[in-house]
Amino acid sequence: MSDALVEIDDLKVHFPIKSGLLFDRTVGYVYAVDGVSLKISRGETYGLVGESGCGKSTLGRGLLRLVEPTSGRITFDGTDVRALSGERMRLFRRRIQMVFQDPMSSLDPRQSVESLLVEGLKAQDLHRNKAEAQKRLRSTLDSVGLPASALTKYPHEFSGGQRQRIGIARALVLGPELIVADEPVSALDVSIQAQVVNLLGDLQDSLGLTYLVIAHDLAVIRHISDTIGVMYLGSLVEEADADQLYERPLHPYTRALLSAVPIPDPRVEDRRERMLLVGDLPSPADPPSGCRFRTRCPWSQTRCAEERPVLRVFDDSGQRVACHFAEQIHSGELTPHEVRAELVRPGADAAPAVDNELIPTRTDLPTQ
Amino acid sequence: MPLLDVRDLSVVFQRKGTAPVRAVDGVSFTVEPGQTVGLVGESGCGKSVTSLAIMGLLPRRGNKVTGEVLFSDTDLLKLRPRDLRDWRGRDIGMIFQDPLSSLNPVIPLGVQVAEVLERHQGRTRQAALKQARGLLDAVGIPDPARRLKEFPHQLSGGMRQRALIAIALACKPRLLIADEPTTALDVTIQAQILTLLKELVDDSGTALVMITHDLGVVAGLCDTVNVLYAGKVVERAHRHDLFAEPRHPYTHGLLQSVPRLDADRGERLHQIRGSVSDNIPWSEGCAFAPRCDRVIDDCIGDTVPLEPTYRAGALRCTNPVPKEVPV
Ligand SMILES: Nc1ncnc2c1ncn2[C@@H]1O[C@H](COP(=O)(O)OP(=O)(O)O)[C@@H](O)[C@H]1O
Ligand SMILES: Nc1ncnc2c1ncn2[C@@H]1O[C@H](COP(=O)(O)OP(=O)(O)O)[C@@H](O)[C@H]1O
Ligand code: SF4
Ligand code: SF4
Ligand SMILES: [Mg+2]
Ligand SMILES: [Mg+2]
Repeated sequence: MSDALVEIDDLKVHFPIKSGLLFDRTVGYVYAVDGVSLKISRGETYGLVGESGCGKSTLGRGLLRLVEPTSGRITFDGTDVRALSGERMRLFRRRIQMVFQDPMSSLDPRQSVESLLVEGLKAQDLHRNKAEAQKRLRSTLDSVGLPASALTKYPHEFSGGQRQRIGIARALVLGPELIVADEPVSALDVSIQAQVVNLLGDLQDSLGLTYLVIAHDLAVIRHISDTIGVMYLGSLVEEADADQLYERPLHPYTRALLSAVPIPDPRVEDRRERMLLVGDLPSPADPPSGCRFRTRCPWSQTRCAEERPVLRVFDDSGQRVACHFAEQIHSGELTPHEVRAELVRPGADAAPAVDNELIPTRTDLPTQ
Repeated sequence: MPLLDVRDLSVVFQRKGTAPVRAVDGVSFTVEPGQTVGLVGESGCGKSVTSLAIMGLLPRRGNKVTGEVLFSDTDLLKLRPRDLRDWRGRDIGMIFQDPLSSLNPVIPLGVQVAEVLERHQGRTRQAALKQARGLLDAVGIPDPARRLKEFPHQLSGGMRQRALIAIALACKPRLLIADEPTTALDVTIQAQILTLLKELVDDSGTALVMITHDLGVVAGLCDTVNVLYAGKVVERAHRHDLFAEPRHPYTHGLLQSVPRLDADRGERLHQIRGSVSDNIPWSEGCAFAPRCDRVIDDCIGDTVPLEPTYRAGALRCTNPVPKEVPV
């Protein structure tokens, strides 16, 4: 496909788990992203959904090389992103920008809005022409619905929704082609969520942006996305057009996810049949063999423990699924069985409290 | 007679050198035995402060609580702290968003459950531990005998919340207050916990006050729903009425602004303009007026009263969304 702006091919991001007094011994790895392949077409919104810890943020940050991928290919508009370095990488950064979940923690409270926005321009040497830069700041603020007077204010002077507008403005000011929005509305109240969701849509229409939106809220993701990818424990388990995914979920995990989302309508809730998953998400430091979902899957078979299913095209619709038995489950030939809960320990896979910094990852992956 | 009758409850936070904050502003609602009542609203509207005031768990200093909290005719606000502690855990159980902060990190789970039974039911340690095992089993914690000896940090968030539910329901309280019990959990775990809660309160006849910002959670669970805005109840209705025909412009706007998983993917979401920082004080009219599509002159000036509607509902609005006229 030539219209793909982004192509990710078998991307892996493994974080070393350090131990020992000086944290110098690597005792294992968190397989945060473990072989993901996807394409994002120009002008579309690709929604990445899954529960916390499944690797969504790491995938988004790996794409920008905010974390260094362990292996795999990333192609952006024909450019091999992982081959870029130095000046070329710096210039490239401008083309992909990120919007974060918590506008407050991603904005420095001591910086005025103007200096927050100028910071990006500086990094790209776009601030030298003062008049030009000012014009750019004002028009960017205008596009996110903030007055020019906001420039002299500080983040704490704004409400949550307005802060997210500042976060979006900061991403937009460099004129990116792709925006990676990581949980852009999850910290916001419902009435404010709608404002930000609509704003993202308007900006896409007027600026022709491509979005990778990462969120755990399937209802929000379905509303804004053209294509949805469902992640589970570092893998993409299903990918489909947004309507198709809801109408015909093929992967057992997607089914469970869809059935778990509460719907604000008592008539629907009273009639719904829930597919309740048993137990917790396994640790990404110690993922199950074969299919990552098999410890909670009501359809799992012996083969599921032995062989890891690959993401494959299911039919002409283009829907992709990573399940050995998708056809048999879909047709009803295979029936669900009881699953026993396995206890999962909260473990060493917790992310350290550093943000937005380049974090060491495993880069010495032996070729298999 | 209602099991819980909250009358005109107000909580004002007052710190030296700062303006007083009226976090809860004359909230009244009732809970019948065995009933599930929802308190919904956005962050900061006073849900948690309401529940803490009911339980007598607000900090001693820096706030003023007025009104009445009648629990089977006893005003909990008038009880001495020691007596109130007897009611808590025995007659009223609680669960919060973050189970870790309510569990003691250095005491094994089994002991924490057992202590509640010893304290309120006079069980011996041994009998209590045996009962605790049954309780952990009932809330779906695998291999409960072993879990008894473990510490909270050894369990996942979902399992901890189950443990907290076991503790809260250990003495078969008549009322359970749950403040955002699933907000910190993933959606598949939330579905497990909500299903469990529903089963447990149905089986035991325990009344439940469910506090949440999530309209979807309320839709499947609550008999009656109270919608809070800026410290006041603005609408109360049976859940079927509330969701089918929200009358308050705020409720109506909220329901329209959430994307629904099962709806057609429309182009734009309905949005409520502005934010709570635009509110006016209730003493000067309807707090929601600056954000309301239906605002009229009558909305500004005096406090808008909460008027009863049908089926024990209530509405605080001078120009409510009209009822749908059947065509
Ligand atoms: N810098 C890091 N070092 C070590 N582990 C990390 C780091 N960042 C994330 N992880 C771990 O990788 C897994 C995936 O995390 P993340 O991508 O943040 O998931 P999501 O965004 O889907 O919630 C988690 O187990 C997380 O703890
Ligand atoms: N200890 C406190 N001191 C001062 N203000 C408080 C305190 N606790 C809560 N508040 C304020 O009371 C209001 C209601 O808070 P809360 O009940 O926690 O809201 P929520 O509906 O999100 O649970 C908020 O404006 C909050 O800032
Ligand atoms: S591959 Fe097996 S375990 Fe995995 S989802 Fe399919 S049936 Fe379930
Ligand atoms: S009282 Fe007036 S301003 Fe308030 S919600 Fe009703 S119509 Fe809107
Ligand atoms: Mg994340
Ligand atoms: Mg709260």
